[in-house]
Amino acid sequence: MPTSRRTRSARSRPKAAVLAGVLMSTLAMSGCGPAQADNGLTWYINPDAGGQAAIAQKCSEESGGRYSIETSLLPSDAASQREQLARRLAAGDTSLDIMSLDPPFIPELAEPGFLAPVPEELAESASENVVEGALAGATWKDELVTVPFWANTQILWYRKSVAEAAGLDMTKPVTWDQIMEAAKSQEKALGVQGAQAESMTVWVNALVESAGGSIIVDPEATADTIELGLDSEAGAEAARVISTIGKDGLGGPGLPTQDENGSLIAFQGDSGSFMVNYPFVWPATTAAVEAGTLDQEVLDDLGWGIFPRMTEDQESAPPLGGINLGVGAESDNPELAYEAIECIVAVENQSEYFVTNGNPPSNTEAYEDPRIEESFPMAETIRDSLQLAAPRPQTPFYNEVSTGIQQTWAPPAAVDPESTPGSSSTFITSVLRGEQLL
Amino acid sequence: MTSAIPARTTTASSGEPGPRLDAANEKTNGKTRKAPKQYSDRARAERRLGWILAGPAFIIMLLVTLYPILQALYESLFRFRLTAPSEREFIGLGNYAVILSDPVWWSDLWTTVLITIVTVAVELVLGFALALVMHKALKSVRGLLRTAILVPYGIITVVSAFAWFYAFDISSGYVNSWFSWLPGIDEDLNWFAQGPTALFVIMASEIWKTTPFISLLLLAGLAQVPDELSEAAKVDGATWWEQMRKVIIPNMKAAIMVAVLFRALDAFRIFDNVFIMTNGAYGTEVLSLLAYRQSISRLEIGLGSAVSVLLFLCVLLICFVAIKLFKVDLAGSQGGK
Repeated sequence: MPTSRRTRSARSRPKAAVLAGVLMSTLAMSGCGPAQADNGLTWYINPDAGGQAAIAQKCSEESGGRYSIETSLLPSDAASQREQLARRLAAGDTSLDIMSLDPPFIPELAEPGFLAPVPEELAESASENVVEGALAGATWKDELVTVPFWANTQILWYRKSVAEAAGLDMTKPVTWDQIMEAAKSQEKALGVQGAQAESMTVWVNALVESAGGSIIVDPEATADTIELGLDSEAGAEAARVISTIGKDGLGGPGLPTQDENGSLIAFQGDSGSFMVNYPFVWPATTAAVEAGTLDQEVLDDLGWGIFPRMTEDQESAPPLGGINLGVGAESDNPELAYEAIECIVAVENQSEYFVTNGNPPSNTEAYEDPRIEESFPMAETIRDSLQLAAPRPQTPFYNEVSTGIQQTWAPPAAVDPESTPGSSSTFITSVLRGEQLL
Repeated sequence: MTSAIPARTTTASSGEPGPRLDAANEKTNGKTRKAPKQYSDRARAERRLGWILAGPAFIIMLLVTLYPILQALYESLFRFRLTAPSEREFIGLGNYAVILSDPVWWSDLWTTVLITIVTVAVELVLGFALALVMHKALKSVRGLLRTAILVPYGIITVVSAFAWFYAFDISSGYVNSWFSWLPGIDEDLNWFAQGPTALFVIMASEIWKTTPFISLLLLAGLAQVPDELSEAAKVDGATWWEQMRKVIIPNMKAAIMVAVLFRALDAFRIFDNVFIMTNGAYGTEVLSLLAYRQSISRLEIGLGSAVSVLLFLCVLLICFVAIKLFKVDLAGSQGGK
């Protein structure tokens, strides 16, 4: 009896070892990324309608085999894109050759040296004819750290019938007070983004900048010394507009959860009047009409202009978004990556991208393309808006600042012009000092 | 009748053949553990087989859970931001002081506890009803019925969260127009704009999805109650309610407590539904989301680890309370037959 037991266990031991070995190697293998050729570049792209993949293919072909770009899709919202890229960069991922980056998050990545320096020649050529806001968004501490690709901005969309009924002259710039008054008198809803999300920061920043202030006074300060400009006249004015829209129900019942898509849906409905939103409104509306889910009348009734002003005599500072291209510091091939970027941001690619995907170029020359006027009748307004646009606060602590604003300025009905700017300032500074949770 | 039942139960539960003997052996071995000769050959072979079968899984579990837990404990003592690796600084229990003195932690804890209590209570009642239906169903429909009841549990939580979100969403949802005949519900009700209504949807989705799990555990418990007991009670003239209260429920107490414990631990760590539907806006933030916000969004590894460690301690506390105070016998539920 004892002998047979020993032989059985002796036989089973190697089997167990083999099993454990197989398990361990599976675990180890799953940690590896895909193998790549020496001249292969990976471009982490934000989701779009296939435009970036098309450009990647075009540039790979044009390079004559010098490099071949493979795209890899990032999550759909900007915050998750940042989370993934920041984690990978911090961990020293070498596959981050080219990254599509949302401008507000660039200082956070540039400050610890996660981005490979832009070659001087490219820095010079890539800054030519680029709209001012996009250039500011690509710069950190007076140095170009990423290459501007496309630039986004919000314009004012309106229903011509409502503006006419309210007696507003839309050939001239309008103010927030005017459109609030019009929405009230016509019993319609304003299309703004009141959700507790990044769109709230976009709105607050645009209002504060339009009133002549800025959310952060000294962008390059450290976490302990940072000074916020919210508790000011401009901050109070911004709070007055947001709180009035919230308290008077001017944003409709969906306001506290409304993002850009939500406000577009509401705007296309019966209560639509004025809306601040990105240019995607145009392709989305035309597509809905073509698909038969929306009346042609709505499209015919659609007008556009520059983002509303805070006061009659001061130009507005519309929101600025878009995508810049950066190269990871640990990339195996930074020179090749920048060579590819030079091809990607070429003027004709930017125009093509606008026409096919609806994302406006950061280079003003790209607007000369005749196809643009055809598919985007409001292209000129977009370009003018980009020249006026102000970036969101450029700081390595953007996430804290933005989340802090979202938590204190949403829902709009709870905003108090007297206290909200001050309390949100105190909250954000104590979070930055590590004294409070976010 | 009342005196007959407990007598039957004790004989039923002590009627297990093998394990009892071993347990008795172990007790006498308490002092002389070093003398393995006390085990019979068969018992020793079984013990070895047990280790060989469970060993690899145990080692892998140690690797993938114990190591990260210790790492989180260690990291929680530092002020450490992933994007500023050079500024890493040891601050002892500083992170814990910040968290425990912050009202956000306490309000999130309260939200989490509320969700846990309400969902587990509702799921227990609904799950019990479903288990009874499954138990009593005719043989011909039993398979179909079980499958139908289990469908929600088979759906990925994120998918079900999106489905519930879009159903209640003010711009794309249909709930408002379907239920507008109910007081308080109309076209303009924005479910996710304030805490109470948002929590209602979150909890309803959670209940819809995990009730099948609880009903399955309870069904196993129901199957363990010997038929003779309820038959005897019926002969003695007990009503349905009396049979339930005096025969069935006392006999499946172990199964009920295990179901409650498992679900409470699960519910306390709720994340997906809140993340998808409100992302913690307007007073719906829960502890898991708080941990996520600190370590994943803010990249504050130290602070985030401290929140996670505290969350882990809360879960341990629930386990401790359940096992020590309510005497949940985790092994008992599978014993018997």
